[in-house]
Amino acid sequence: MSVLLFAEHDNTELKSATLNVVTAAATLGEVTILVAGSGCSAVAEAASKITSVTKVLLADAEIYAHGLAENVAPLLVGLSKDFDYLVAPASTTGKNLMPRVAALLDVAQISDITAIESGDTFVRPIYAGNAMATVQSSDPIKVITVRTTAFEAVAPEGASAVIEEISGTADAGKSSFLGEDLTVSERPELTSAKIVISGGRGMQSGENFPMLEQIAEKLGAAVGASRAAVDAGFVPNDYQVGQTGKVVAPELYIAVGISGAIQHLAGMKDSKVIVAINKDEEAPIFQIADYGLCMDLFDAVPQLSAELDK
Amino acid sequence: MKVLVAVKRVVDYNVNVRVKSDQTGVETTNVKMSMNPFDEIAVEEGLRLKESGAADELIAVSIGSGQSQETIRTALAMGADRGILVETDVAVEPLGVAKLLKAIVGKESPDLVILGKQAIDDDSNQTGQMLSAMLDWSQGTFVSKLVFEDGKARATREVDCGLETVLLEMPTVLTVDLRLNEPRYASLPNIMKAKKKPIDTMTPDDLSVDVTPRLNILKVVQPPTRSTGVMLDSVTDLVHRLKNEAKVI
Repeated sequence: MSVLLFAEHDNTELKSATLNVVTAAATLGEVTILVAGSGCSAVAEAASKITSVTKVLLADAEIYAHGLAENVAPLLVGLSKDFDYLVAPASTTGKNLMPRVAALLDVAQISDITAIESGDTFVRPIYAGNAMATVQSSDPIKVITVRTTAFEAVAPEGASAVIEEISGTADAGKSSFLGEDLTVSERPELTSAKIVISGGRGMQSGENFPMLEQIAEKLGAAVGASRAAVDAGFVPNDYQVGQTGKVVAPELYIAVGISGAIQHLAGMKDSKVIVAINKDEEAPIFQIADYGLCMDLFDAVPQLSAELDK
Repeated sequence: MKVLVAVKRVVDYNVNVRVKSDQTGVETTNVKMSMNPFDEIAVEEGLRLKESGAADELIAVSIGSGQSQETIRTALAMGADRGILVETDVAVEPLGVAKLLKAIVGKESPDLVILGKQAIDDDSNQTGQMLSAMLDWSQGTFVSKLVFEDGKARATREVDCGLETVLLEMPTVLTVDLRLNEPRYASLPNIMKAKKKPIDTMTPDDLSVDVTPRLNILKVVQPPTRSTGVMLDSVTDLVHRLKNEAKVI
C-alpha cells in the first residue's frame, strides 16, 4: 500500500505536525511526502530525512506559495492514481484542502482520525469528542485528515529519501492571496507544546493575559484561550482551544478562569494532567481536572508565578 | 446577487449527547434539536448582504428528514425569502450533501453559496470545500470577515497561525467561522410571517443524486472518561504535586 502525505510548511520550515502524520501514514503503507510550495527546497530536504519516509515529491511553483486549495487540489488529484491513501494533518490547511481533493475524486473524506483499526477502518471523534465513531471506507482511495495529537511524532532524522521534482499544474485562476496577519510569539506552538496554559472569560480583559504569558515563560508553555476569551477580543483567534478551534493534548494543561463548556473540553480533555483554577466551585472544568484550585485567579496566578521562582 | 445558504438540523449545542447502548449512534429521540450554530452565522451573513443591497434573494436549503423543515422555518423567520428541503431519511454524508447542493445550484444559479464551516454533530468540516470543487468555483473557508469589491469577494480566513486574506473570483462558496457576525434572533412577527413563506420539497431521486453512504459506521462508543481528581487548598500544594506527584514540571 502506498500513502501520499501532504506536508504542512511555510515554504521555509516543515511544521512539526507533519511528523505525527507520518506515524499514522506509516501504519498504512509506504510513505511519500508531497512538498508543494514556492522556493521550498529546504522543506523538501527536511522531509527527506524524516524517519519512515521513502520518497519526497517537490512541486515548486509560485501558484503553490500560499497553499490555495483551488491550485493545490488538482496537483494531488493528478498524483492520486499512484496511491491508495492521501493524508494530511487536520490543520486549517488540511481541512481546507482535502475535502476539495476528495470531491474531485468522488470519494468520501475521513476527517480528524484518532486511530487506525485496519487499512480501511478508522476511529474519529464526533459530537465534540463526546462519541467516538469507528468507520469503514468502501472507497478505492482513502482521503484522510489526521488529528496530530492522537499520534506520536516520528524522529525528524533517520532516513535519506530521494527528492523528485515534479511539474506543477496550471493556475486555476479562481483565487489569490492578499496577505496575512500572523500571531508572532516566542512561545512554543500551541498544538505541539508540552505545557499549555489557557485563559477564559474569567481573565476579564486582554490586558490580564500577560500574567499567563509570564507563567508560560517560566514553564516553556504555550498560551491558549477559550472561545469566550477570543470572542471577547482578549486574544487572537489562533489561541482558541476547543471543538472548532485547536485540539491540544499536552503533558500539562492549566485552565485559568475557564468554566469548561463541552466545546472547550473537546479541545483539551486528552491532556495528560489537567489543572483548573476557577473561583466558581460549580464550574464543570473541575469534573475533568486532576487538580482543582477553587480560588480567584487574580490571587492564584501571581502566587503560582512566585511559587515557580522558588 | 442571489445567495443560497445551507442549514442543518443538529442536536442542540447545549445537550450532553449520550451514546446509544447498541453502539449504533447517539441518542436523538426526545433531544432538543436546533440549527447548526455555524449555519446561523451563514444565514445572518446572507441577511446582511440583503440589507446592504448586495443581495436580492436569500434561499435556505436543508437536507434531511421532514423535520428539517423546522430548521428552514428558523432561517425564514430570521429573514430568508424561501426554502428548499431535500427530504431523505438517509444520513447523507458530506459528499452526498455537496452533490445535492450542486444540483440545487444548477437549478437556482446563485452567485454565492454560504455554509457553516462544520456541523457540530459529525464535525466533518467538508461540505463547502466539496461543493466548491464540484462546481469548479473558488472557495473561502473559515471566513471571519467578508467584503465585496469590484465583483470579487475579499475574505479573511481564520487559520492556525492567525488570519489570512484571499481574493475570490465569483461565483464562490464560503464557509463561515464564529467571529464573522452575531446571528439575530427571530422576532415573533417574523416567526408568524415565516409560516407563509414557501418551502419547495424534493428528494435526492428528483435531483438524480445517489446519496448512498461511502462510510459504514461500525460502532459509536463513549470516549474513555477521566477519573475524578482532587481539590487542593493552596498554590503551594499544587506546585508541589505537579513536581512530585504528576512530575510534569
